[in-house]
Amino acid sequence: MIELKSLTKVYGKGSKTATALSGLNLSIKKGEIFGVIGHSGAGKSTLIRCINLLERPTEGEVWVDGVELTQLPEGQLQEKRRKIGMIFQHFNLLSSATIYENIAFPLRLTRASKKFIDNKVKELLALVGLEEHRDKYPAQLSGGQKQRVGIARALASDPDVLLCDEATSALDPQTTDSILRLLLDINKRFNLTIVLITHEMHVIQSICDRVAVIHGGGIVEQGEVTEVFLKPKHEITREFIRSEAQHDGPLRAAIDASHDGSAQAVKITFLGQKTYGSALSQIARETGVDFAILSGTISTIKDVPYGQLIVRFEGEAGKIAQTIAELTAQGLDVEVIA
Amino acid sequence: MGSLDFSKINWSEMMDAAVSTLKMLGISGIFTIILGLPLGIVLYLWGRSNQSFLRVIYSILSFVVNILRSVPFIILMVALIPISKSIVGTSIGVLGTIPALVIGAAPFFARLVETALREVDRGVIEAAQGMGASTRQIVTRVLLPEARPGLLAGVTITIVTLVSYTAMSGMVGGGGLGDLAIRYGYYRYEKEVMIISVALMVILVQLLQMAGDRLVRYFTRK
Repeated sequence: MIELKSLTKVYGKGSKTATALSGLNLSIKKGEIFGVIGHSGAGKSTLIRCINLLERPTEGEVWVDGVELTQLPEGQLQEKRRKIGMIFQHFNLLSSATIYENIAFPLRLTRASKKFIDNKVKELLALVGLEEHRDKYPAQLSGGQKQRVGIARALASDPDVLLCDEATSALDPQTTDSILRLLLDINKRFNLTIVLITHEMHVIQSICDRVAVIHGGGIVEQGEVTEVFLKPKHEITREFIRSEAQHDGPLRAAIDASHDGSAQAVKITFLGQKTYGSALSQIARETGVDFAILSGTISTIKDVPYGQLIVRFEGEAGKIAQTIAELTAQGLDVEVIA
Repeated sequence: MGSLDFSKINWSEMMDAAVSTLKMLGISGIFTIILGLPLGIVLYLWGRSNQSFLRVIYSILSFVVNILRSVPFIILMVALIPISKSIVGTSIGVLGTIPALVIGAAPFFARLVETALREVDRGVIEAAQGMGASTRQIVTRVLLPEARPGLLAGVTITIVTLVSYTAMSGMVGGGGLGDLAIRYGYYRYEKEVMIISVALMVILVQLLQMAGDRLVRYFTRK
């Protein structure tokens, strides 16, 4: 659906230049929710703005739905942009227009009939749940409501792709979740491809299918969210996940105290339905090993259950090794950490 | 210093002068907006264009605007007498002052337009670009509506400035209240005429400013 090939963006000229993207490649499939996570200054904003050419890449190709955008003349690019919706961190609504007119805006740019526009806007107002606010102005709405207007406006021209530029970063946690649910809903309902950039792992974990971690103008790691989230390989990725679950202080001490031959600390990762199984206690009973759970998370990534427990086994070294082998045989991922 | 005697004022002459002032204001105001608004839009667009050719044109245009704005109006008016003659056939009276008023005020108004447009949130313009809006659509559907309060404030300031310009045009035979004030009050020491004509102009400016502020408030949605 979206293919970015050796994308490079350099700002400035002569000796004062800053490279935002350096030879970045990325491929996004139709119908998926693809997240790009990175710290500020990593180039994620430039990346998403290159997809609809709000930012022209210095080099490289931008393919959307089989068309290379950087080669299009202005008129055809404008045509193509109508099929790429975008929502923004600061909403970017017309302050001088009502909610109704804001949503109608993209349709008024085309030669759509009044009747068509009216039907479409009413449908979208219902979709985002703002029917009773249609005649208000953006300044009279809350942040979450403004973003709903932004989403309705982006959907008005029936786009194939929705770009979300830090769409929830200016919102409080509850509002963020309601906006994320709405995005997930429209993704399923319209099979709409969504690309979002964020600095919050929570956003990725809630709705994304795949994720790319951007750092220093390039992708350092990408894959299925479950894969990247549970088995981060790159240092930057670990940083994002660690901020979700801290591994220090008394926990560190408890792990370090597990060295003495009669105890061993391990990290067990459950994925899918195994998360809700009883394999751990069954196997421990069979092998006669005791265990203490030192830390753990049991949650979901999008709609996949997962669990990650740090457990200390206590017993004979041989029995502990047997326990680990049997857990692994059950399809759980066990990593010895001390 | 004798006491003031308002009974000797020729009120019908005062009335005619007031009407002349309003005519000058109305006509020059309309032409100032017709010329200044597109000029301001063009200044705004070319000033931030990424084509170096347009930015060069911008610098030249901007320079011309600055020159027109830095020449004192009284001098501009005298300098423009031949131009007025060739455009409207005369350089005196209501008609004769219009070209000078417009040429004096349009660059000023254009700058105010440019400034008002610059105040429009960059993000909103980008959002419109992202939705496939052409430059023309961005101007008519985003820039002008979003900048409306600022533009109306600019119109108010410009028209108030034009009031004082019309008064100055009395110096070169322009007619109107300013002309009356100068001819009677300054040349013939009839203070009463001067006081009344100045008072009328003060009232006019107050009314214009109040109306302008009201419009600005009405259209402000932030």
